[in-house]
Amino acid sequence: MISKKEKRIRLLLSIAGLVIFFGVWEMAVQMGFISSRILSPPSKVVSAFIQKLTDTKPEGATLITHFLMSFKLALSAFLAAVIIGVPLGLFMGQYKAFDRFLTPIFEIIRPIPPIAWIPIVILVAGIGMSGKVFIIFVAAFVPCVINSYLGIKLTSPVLVNVARTFGASDWQIFTKVCIPSSLNMVFTGVRNALGASWSTLVAAEMLASTGGLGYMIQMGRQLIRPDIILVGMLTIGCTGALLSWLLGLLEKKVAPWRYR
Amino acid sequence: MSENKVEVRNLTKKFGDLLVLNNASFSIKNGEFVCLVGPTGCGKTTFLNLLVKLLEPTSGEILIDGEPADPKKHNISFVFQEPSAFPWLTVEENIRSGLELKHMSAGVIKERTEEILNMLGLEKVRKSYPHELSASTEQRIVIGRSFALHPDLLLMDEPYAAMDIKVRYFLEDEVIRLWKATGSTVIFITHNIEEAVYLAERCLVMSPKPTTIKSEISIDLPRPRDISSPEFIRLREEITDMIKWW
Ligand SMILES: Nc1ncnc2c1ncn2[C@@H]1O[C@H](COP(=O)(O)OP(=O)(O)O)[C@@H](O)[C@H]1O
Ligand SMILES: [Mg+2]
Repeated sequence: MISKKEKRIRLLLSIAGLVIFFGVWEMAVQMGFISSRILSPPSKVVSAFIQKLTDTKPEGATLITHFLMSFKLALSAFLAAVIIGVPLGLFMGQYKAFDRFLTPIFEIIRPIPPIAWIPIVILVAGIGMSGKVFIIFVAAFVPCVINSYLGIKLTSPVLVNVARTFGASDWQIFTKVCIPSSLNMVFTGVRNALGASWSTLVAAEMLASTGGLGYMIQMGRQLIRPDIILVGMLTIGCTGALLSWLLGLLEKKVAPWRYR
Repeated sequence: MSENKVEVRNLTKKFGDLLVLNNASFSIKNGEFVCLVGPTGCGKTTFLNLLVKLLEPTSGEILIDGEPADPKKHNISFVFQEPSAFPWLTVEENIRSGLELKHMSAGVIKERTEEILNMLGLEKVRKSYPHELSASTEQRIVIGRSFALHPDLLLMDEPYAAMDIKVRYFLEDEVIRLWKATGSTVIFITHNIEEAVYLAERCLVMSPKPTTIKSEISIDLPRPRDISSPEFIRLREEITDMIKWW
């Protein structure tokens, strides 16, 4: 257990880190080390953020509209990847037939970076919603499958043998031993998938899009508005951190044993 | 029911070229408490794994109640040498887990779990996870999980090796009590000869690889046994000499 004092020190350190980071950045621009035409200071970014919440200028939509567009896109692709990828990885880890059948295809798909899918997806599906969902899906799918697969493979054989000598069926061994034992790995995979889907989202939107945070960033560049670029980037950063934190809470609920 | 719980006939096991068990034959009677002693690496664990069909013999056979072992049918409980509490279950859930895998009724599960928690002094930590507890407490959970099944055949692979002496003495008495109360057959592996003489009705002494049963010694001292009695010490030294000899 960590003491209250220890906790306070840790919190202070985290806050100090943020303050120094943004402080140095603000000073660097204010004191003219970096031109404010190239990099806006945090104060300007905050005011641009507040303004963009309601203002559609200059590129045509409010921050909220862009955000919701991106968020829906990333979340639906991410959820689809988790719902399909995790069970698939678990089954591949447990059942030899699944493993043999799917692993070769998976090994070929795995090294292809998600953004390398963009050109073919645009040709096949255009720049609409479905194409981008697919690209983000691929990005999130890979870590879900890999970690679930490894989680099963790393199950302690002794624990499997315990269940087997108690007369457990194969299905019981899968559901009562292998899956619980792999849960932490699965969560790590899901966390990586979340990161991957968020970062691929921007890539997909920057290349071909008519809205969304990636589009807003891209337009900020064309209009030479670093404040808008940074608002987009920080929105992505903060949302990612928030989602990751929520996922951590969920993990503590579902798999509490590692956190005591 | 046949008189023999376990029947081992010409059992041979090779791992590649390594001959571990060499044509071993012996039997264990229903309700008997047998200790298996032998040097490290002679194949004691391998024998138990063969017995419960985690491994297949190279030749020969092992029968439980006159037929090949089937964990789904025979009520077997195996305390492995390695730590084996389920880390994602609390103490209480660990104890219940074997009963649940066997689809026992809710009433039986509750009754047995309470009985075991009480017997092994685990009530205070029932909601804890194994990694929050000491290694010897984890082993107590594993033993409790096995005892809760009231197994016909209880297999214990050096279960008390990592425990301090007080806990070990206590658990030695508890395994005797369980054995008496349930009439199960117990095969108990140990390299602690005093422990073997304290527990066993019969002690099987194994030779180094390639392994056969070198000798067997019946121990019919009254219980609870006095480890300082001359008869106890004589038996202990007899077995020790047998092992020293090689
Ligand atoms: N799966 C295996 N593959 C190869 N060799 C093994 C395997 N299991 C055990 N052995 C070997 O068999 C011998 C007996 O092992 P074991 O039964 O664990 O001994 P004990 O339990 O008596 O200490 C050892 O020499 C060990 O290295
Ligand atoms: Mg062993």
